[in-house]
This record gives sequence, structure tokens and C-alpha cells, in this order.
Amino acid sequence: MSLSYPLQFVNLLAALLLLISFAMLSQRRVVGLITLFAWQGAALAASTAIIAWSTGQHHLYYSAALTLILKVIAMPWFFYRIVRQLDVNREVESMLNIPTTMLIGIVLVIFSFNLALPISQMAGTVMRSTLGIAMACVLLAFLMMITRRKAITQVIGFLAMENGLFFAATSATYGMPLVVELGVALDVLVGVFVLGIFFFQIRESFESLDLKHMEKLREK
Amino acid sequence: MFVLAGFDTHFLDLAWAGVLLWLVLGFSALLAQRSKNVLLRLIFPLGGGVALCMAAIGLAGLTAPPATLVLPIGLPDLPFHLRLDALSAFFLLLLGSASFGVTVYATGYFRSMKSAPLALLGLWYHLFLAGMAMVMLADDAYAFMVAWEVMALSSYFLVTTDHDVPEIRRAGFLYLLIAHVGAVSLLLAFGVMQGGNGDFTFATMRQAEMTPYWASVTFLLALFGFGAKAGLVPLHVWLPEAHPAAPSPVSALMSGIMLKTAIYGLLRVTFDLLDVQLGWWGTLALALGLITALYGVIFAAVQSDMKRLLAWSSIENIGILLAAFGLTLIFYTDGKGALAALTLTAMLYHAINHAFFKSLLFVGAGSVLHATGERRMGKLGGLIRFMPWTAWLTLIGVLAIAGLPPLNGFISEWLLLQAFLLTPGLTQPYLNMVIPVAAAAVALAAALAAYVMVKFFGVIFLGQPRAPALVHAHEASWPERLGMLWLAAGCLLLGLFPVQTIAAIAPVVRLLTGQALVNAGNWLLIAPLAAERAGYAPLLFLAVVLTVLLLSFIWVRRVYHGRVRRADPWDCGYPEQDARMQDSAEGFGQPIRHIFAAFMRVERETPDPFDRHPHYRGDSRDKLWLLLYQPIARLTGWLSDQAARLQHGRIQWYLMYSFATLVFLLIFVSH
Repeated sequence: MSLSYPLQFVNLLAALLLLISFAMLSQRRVVGLITLFAWQGAALAASTAIIAWSTGQHHLYYSAALTLILKVIAMPWFFYRIVRQLDVNREVESMLNIPTTMLIGIVLVIFSFNLALPISQMAGTVMRSTLGIAMACVLLAFLMMITRRKAITQVIGFLAMENGLFFAATSATYGMPLVVELGVALDVLVGVFVLGIFFFQIRESFESLDLKHMEKLREK
Repeated sequence: MFVLAGFDTHFLDLAWAGVLLWLVLGFSALLAQRSKNVLLRLIFPLGGGVALCMAAIGLAGLTAPPATLVLPIGLPDLPFHLRLDALSAFFLLLLGSASFGVTVYATGYFRSMKSAPLALLGLWYHLFLAGMAMVMLADDAYAFMVAWEVMALSSYFLVTTDHDVPEIRRAGFLYLLIAHVGAVSLLLAFGVMQGGNGDFTFATMRQAEMTPYWASVTFLLALFGFGAKAGLVPLHVWLPEAHPAAPSPVSALMSGIMLKTAIYGLLRVTFDLLDVQLGWWGTLALALGLITALYGVIFAAVQSDMKRLLAWSSIENIGILLAAFGLTLIFYTDGKGALAALTLTAMLYHAINHAFFKSLLFVGAGSVLHATGERRMGKLGGLIRFMPWTAWLTLIGVLAIAGLPPLNGFISEWLLLQAFLLTPGLTQPYLNMVIPVAAAAVALAAALAAYVMVKFFGVIFLGQPRAPALVHAHEASWPERLGMLWLAAGCLLLGLFPVQTIAAIAPVVRLLTGQALVNAGNWLLIAPLAAERAGYAPLLFLAVVLTVLLLSFIWVRRVYHGRVRRADPWDCGYPEQDARMQDSAEGFGQPIRHIFAAFMRVERETPDPFDRHPHYRGDSRDKLWLLLYQPIARLTGWLSDQAARLQHGRIQWYLMYSFATLVFLLIFVSH
């Protein structure tokens, strides 16, 4: 069985996405995390562009451009600036040690492949087999949010999850309508800015971005 | 504008217009918050006028054929249905006639309030009246529940009129809590009755055929829900807290009328909406009613706060009503239609009687409270000299509630006891054996109620003033007196014309049980079922009593010695007597407290013999509060603490919750 070259390339990029997700799980430094996030965005933009070219879905070009501008250029730049200003590029403590996290991640990947199997059989797209990878990316990003302590890593995890969702949408149904994608992109942008402001506020109140200080906020 | 269905919608239109007027008056009270004169001279009297019209509509609606109306308000596709049949009309009559007296009284009573809180009170007061009327008119579960909640919420705000007092806030909270527990139960009952077809009109519920199992579930839910509103033991705890907390006219409305809406709902659901009735429901209601009646009257006997005493007495009366309801069910399911009609007549009669005399007593207590600023009976006494109007009018209410002829309380209790005496006709032998005991319990409750009322009247109005300031107590204002006069007149007329009253109630009884009470007497003599069994002619009785009184008065004053002799009273060998030697409220209730000590927890502080300022405090607490409510409260607290553990403050844990939910849902979806 042979696949067309564009599809093989998309599969390669999908594998890369998954690999980057695992890399993010194991990355200990914030700057490294941001770089990985940018690379993930780049892989996503490239795969979207290839799908747009091979299937003739022109609106996906816009999505790819949007991803490139927002997730590869604007947000990483913004995060680098914050890290520099707040001086938080120390080692990121995680709640679990990294090998355990990786093992859990592998379980999640198997789980999502299992899950995606019946769904991808129903989908009519050329690259339905990547749906499992997309779901795995979502769950791995979620796992990263759970295991990290710094506020900034939570936000990166959140954005990585959005990447996974975006990828799932393109692989299952050739993307969402452009209006929805524009809306989501705008939401993410605004969300990141709001969170950026929060970082400064949290930092000012607790002298740190470590979320364990927020435990005081519970009722008793 | 209105979609009219059926015929003769005349009275129902008027009733609905009355509800609207009350709503308009309530909101215009808010607009008039600058001027007390407008509020007291215009809005409240107009509200009273509407009440009187409601009473007239109710009276006319008793004999009119049932009318229905669909209102274009409510949710889309879920309009309000209204219906006026004899049962609604009877309770509308009760509402209108009693609330008229209370509202007239209120125009005098609220004179001392500031205008801004008074405007707010005016809003809730009229909303409360409108809500109660809507409960009686509603013909679908949706409208019923909306009206029910309007009634509960507006009365909550009325109870917490003096919300700066922490105890009043606490009482209000307790009331709101139990009201909502009850409302949830009612919602479930209606849910069971509509049976999943999504149609909440009472018309469909009447058509529905239910299995005995689901009918029983509905009945139990309704009994719980309405019992919470009525003050059925063990759901009575809010009553002795909320009634003293509310301003007196509000207590009068709540006790006299609002408790009856629960009775109305119970009758509506059991006899009208459900198509089957089971005998054991009646036994259950009878047992619960008797427990409530005895529990209420025993606690009434040991109270020393006059409004709390009246609240407990309301619980007793609700118990009697419920016992009558249970007995009606027993007779009805046993196929004894005539006896069921007798019992139901007694019950409805007692409901309207209680509306009058309990309202009268509450407003009378309100006047005393206004004049003296004191609710504790231990600080009152001898008020008959300073407040003769209040005292004499209250005396009528006291005699009525104590069940003395020729007043109204006697008739309903007499009818009920007649019904109890007829139980040997029942086909179930074990009921035959048990019910005489129930009759004895009703008689005991009635006798104890008389005891309670002797205490109430004696301690407050007779004897010597227990505090020096009482000599400055002022008489009630004219509107207050007029309101009390109306209510007292109601007690007297209901007592003197039982034959006519029973004839007026007959359509309701016929609607619910299929036949009406047969009066074997004539227009003067009431003789249920058979003239040779028992009969009572109140007008003749009154004539004989008055004649005997007159004759003995003349004989003593003119014939016997004919002169007035003034001398010191016999002093039992004590040369000095003062007000503190009188029997006190605590002292009067002491025998009851001893006999029924098992029901209550008595807290007592006795003074030290060498204390220069001796202080005595005795308090009888409801044991159910300790045995039932506190464990529930503790359990709820414990469960909440467990639930609060979910809140760590750690964002990772919160993410974990969403993550676990997501994974769970994914697994769920994939299978």
C-alpha cells in the first residue's frame, strides 16, 4: 500500500507533533518549552498548508497563515519577553518525576489511538489516521498542565492543547469553518494577553509564579 | 386578551382581576414610599377592599359551576391555567374574609412604622395575598408552584421585616429552608402525577389513571410537602420561630390563612387530582394529625411568650384538621359517603373557624405588644382595665378557640367528635378498635386547648399588672378595633348560624366526596345524619344563656340583697399582696410540663437563696429539635466538609478533575 507524497509528509509532521508533545513533557526549562511550543506551531502550520494544497481547501491556507503568525511568531515572542522580564527561566519543578510522566503519556497515546480507531473509520478525509495523534496531543498537553507548577507552563500547556484540537479538526473534517477558527484564534490571543497580565499580578502578590502559593486562597 | 374556555367565567375573571389589583397595589406601595398617609389611608384600605371582594367572589363561586381560564402569561407553550370550583371558592372565601379583618387592623397597627420599610412591607403584604389567591386558583402544576413560591418568598420577607435582629434572621432562614424542602417534595409529587407526558395541567392529571403504588408515592410526597407548609410534626419547627418574629398582622395571615393553603393543596391532590384513594393514607394522616395536635397543645401550654404560644396552638389546630382529613379518607375509602361528608364538613368548618379566631388572637396579641412592648407573659397582666376593647374582643377569640358554645370553635369540634363516635360502622375491625382512642386524643387536645387559652387570657388580661409601666398601656387604635370587631363578629356568626354555614359548604363537600352532609334538623337546629342522635341549636343556647345570666343578675342585684358591698378581698391570711404573687405563665403550665416531661427538654436556672436580685429562668425546648434536626444538621455539615475537600486550592488538582472527567467521558463515548 502506497500513500501519496503529500499524505506521507503530513503523517511525518503528525509524528513530529507527537514527538514534540513528549519533548514538552520532558522539558525542564521554560525557554526550551517555549521553543518547543513554537516548533509545534510550525509543524502544525506546515501540515495545514500541505493539506490545503493537496485537497484544494483554500480556507485552510488562511488557517495555516494564522497559525504561523500567532503560534510560531507572536506568542513565543511574547513568552520570551515575559520570561526575560519576570526572570523565571529556572528549572521547572514538576509534581511527578519525568520518567513516570512519560510512562503515563505512553498509556494516554495508546488510549487515544484505541479511541480514535472507530471514529477515524467514519471520517471521510484523506488523513483520518492522524486523528489518534491529535487526540494524544490534547491529552499530553493536559497532562503537562497537571504536572507542572509554574503559571507560565500552564498557559503553554493550554495553548498546546489548543494545537492538538486544531489538528484534530483538520484531520477529521478539513478544519472548522473559517469564522470559527478566526474566533478561536482571537480568543487564544486575548486569553494569552489576559494571562500575561495575571502573571505580573501573581508575581507582585506572591513574589513568585509558583502556583502552590495560591493554595492559600481556599476557604479553610 | 383572555382565551376563555368553558362557560360562566364571570367570577373567575373577577377573582383574577382581584389578584392583579393586589399585585398593582403591592407595586404602587413601592412608589408611595415617601408618604405614609398614602400607604395607610389608600393602599392598605384598597387592599382590604379587594379582600372583601374576594370573599364575595368566593361566596358566589361556591354554587357556580366550575369555570376555567387560560392566561397568556408564563413560559412559551406553558400558559397559566386558572380554575374556580367550589373547593377553590371556599378557600377564597376564607382568604378574603379573614384577610379583610387583618388588613383593616393593619392600617392601624403599622402606623408607628417608618414610611420606607412600610412601603416594602406593603409590597410583600399584597404579593403574599396575591400569591395565596393564585395558589387557590391555579389549575396547572406550573402556575401552582409559581404561586406557591411567591407565597413562600413574600412571607419570608414579611417574617424578616425586622431583619436587623439576628434571631429574626435565623427564624426567617429556618422558615425558608423548610418551605423549600417542602416545595421540592411538591414538585416531585406533581412530577409523578404528570407521568412523563409533559402536560402539567390539572385537567390531564385528573384524567390520568395511576397504579396504587404510584398514587401512594404521590400522596406521601404531597403529605410531606404540604405538611412542611402546614406545620405537621416533625416539620413544625419553623412555626414557633417564624410567627413570633413576624409583625402581628403578618402572623395572623400566616397562621390563619397560609397554613390553610396547605390543607387546600392536600384536599386538591388527594380527592381531586388522584383517581384512587387508599384507606391506609387516612390512617397515616389521622395518626400524624393526632400526634401533631397533642404535641402542639402540650407545647402551647408551657410557653411563656404569647405569640409563641399562639404559634404552637396553630400547630395543634393543624393537627386537628389533618386528623379530620385522615378520618374523611378512612370513611371515604370504606364507602361510607355520608360519614365522609360529615367529617369533611367538620374539617372545612374548622379551617374557616381557625382562620377567624387565630387571626383575632394574633392581632389581639399584636395590640398588647404595641401597647406594652412586651411579648413575655410574665411581664404582662391586668390589661383588661387599660385595654378593655382589646381584652373583650380577644376574649371572644379565646372562647371560640377553647371550643365553648355558642361560638364557632365548638361546632366544628362537636361535628368532628360526632364523626368519631360513628366509626363503629367501619368494616375494618382493627380501625374500629383504635379509633375510639383517637377520639379520646382529640377530646384531650380540645380540653388542653381550653387550658392553654385560660392561661393566655388570664395571665395577660386578668389579675394585677406585673410591671409598673403597664398602667400606661394605651388602648388599640380605631382601625385595629374595627379589624378585631370584624374577626370577632365572624367567630360569633359562624357559631350562631351553623346550619346556614354547612349549607354553604355543601357544594365543596359534594364535589369531593360525592354527597353532602344531611342535616336532619331545621334552620335552627343542627343535627348531623339523624335528629335523635344529637342536635345543637346555638341560637336557642345563646338565648337560654343570656336569659339565665340576666335572671341571675337581676336576682343577685335586686332581689337577694340589692346592695353593692365593697371590701378587701379575702387574703388567705397574708396581709400583703402584690402582683408577683399571682400565678405566672410558667406556674400555670407547670403541671403540664411535669406530666409531659418526656416530650421536652427543660432548661431551668433557679436563683441562689442568698441572691439579692433573684432571677429565675425556665425554658422548655422541643426535643425533636435535638433528636431529629440537630443530627440532620450535623450530617449535612459533615457531608459539606467532605465535599469541601475537593477544594484544595491546587490548580493541578482542579485540572486533574477535568482530566479525569474527560477521560471518563471519552471511554464512555467509545463504548
